[in-house]
Amino acid sequence: MALNIEGTIEGSSQLIGGDFTTAGEASTLLKVKLTELGVAEDIIRRAAIATFEAEMNVVIYAAAGWLHYYISPQGIRIRIEDMGPGIADIGLAMQEGYSTAPDWVREMGWGAGMGLPNMKRNSDVFTIDSVVGEGTTVEMVINFP
Amino acid sequence: MKLLDVANALSLEVKSFKDGLQKDVTGAYVSDLLSDVMANSKQGNIWITLQTHLNIVAVASMKGLAGIVIVNGRQVQEEVLKRAEEEKMPIMVTQMPAFEIAGKLYRLLA
Ligand SMILES: Nc1ncnc2c1ncn2[C@@H]1O[C@H](COP(=O)(O)OP(=O)(O)OP(=O)(O)O)[C@@H](O)[C@H]1O
Ligand SMILES: [Mg+2]
Repeated sequence: MALNIEGTIEGSSQLIGGDFTTAGEASTLLKVKLTELGVAEDIIRRAAIATFEAEMNVVIYAAAGWLHYYISPQGIRIRIEDMGPGIADIGLAMQEGYSTAPDWVREMGWGAGMGLPNMKRNSDVFTIDSVVGEGTTVEMVINFP
Repeated sequence: MKLLDVANALSLEVKSFKDGLQKDVTGAYVSDLLSDVMANSKQGNIWITLQTHLNIVAVASMKGLAGIVIVNGRQVQEEVLKRAEEEKMPIMVTQMPAFEIAGKLYRLLA
């Protein structure tokens, strides 16, 4: 299917900290949108993985947040911003295996310290900004081939 | 090999989305860490795990996995099966532990 995108298509979803039940809905909405637009399956998969990991971090660590996406003929830009504790040492947080997830979250199988590396690996541009006591913003760009 | 053939050969109890048994299986991945599955499983894989909560459905569907096999005869809650049905994701249960089911599946797919 040919790409069917004119201008920029935008969407947003609200994310609620602690809500494991609806976690994944925002990523699924983006996935559905990209499928409608005829985006290639491997690009959709990368976007879905990166977005879901970011969504889960908001659910696990923050009080609330927003996911915004912008789809243009060039690619997808995804921004996830939260109100939460923030990250003191981003370099450390980016290391595979580093996690501060509490035990009950680890019992669910989260907390491998692989989410941020997964986001980075699946995006062409990855940026993370954080202010301790305020929140964290992750921005990811995935280019169309 | 089709998921149906795997389910029959290994006597898996299919708990959700029976229509999905027509999917082709590309291999399998064994892990109880969700981000590890997000990173390292491949499309069309069977995911062998002891995790049974709601998030496993989202992980499997984001990755385009063929299905989820729950080990040790663990119970899966109705809410999870319902979500799996909606997301078109087969969930199957085996009485075997992960090592045994993985070994049998490896032999079957090799
Ligand atoms: N939005 C966020 N707000 C506050 N802290 C965060 C946020 N995202 C990540 N962190 C911190 O960075 C660490 C690493 O995050 P990452 O997603 O890589 O791993 P994880 O969430 O611990 O485990 P996994 O993603 O493998 O389930 C977290 O344990 C947490 O301390
Ligand atoms: Mg994470």
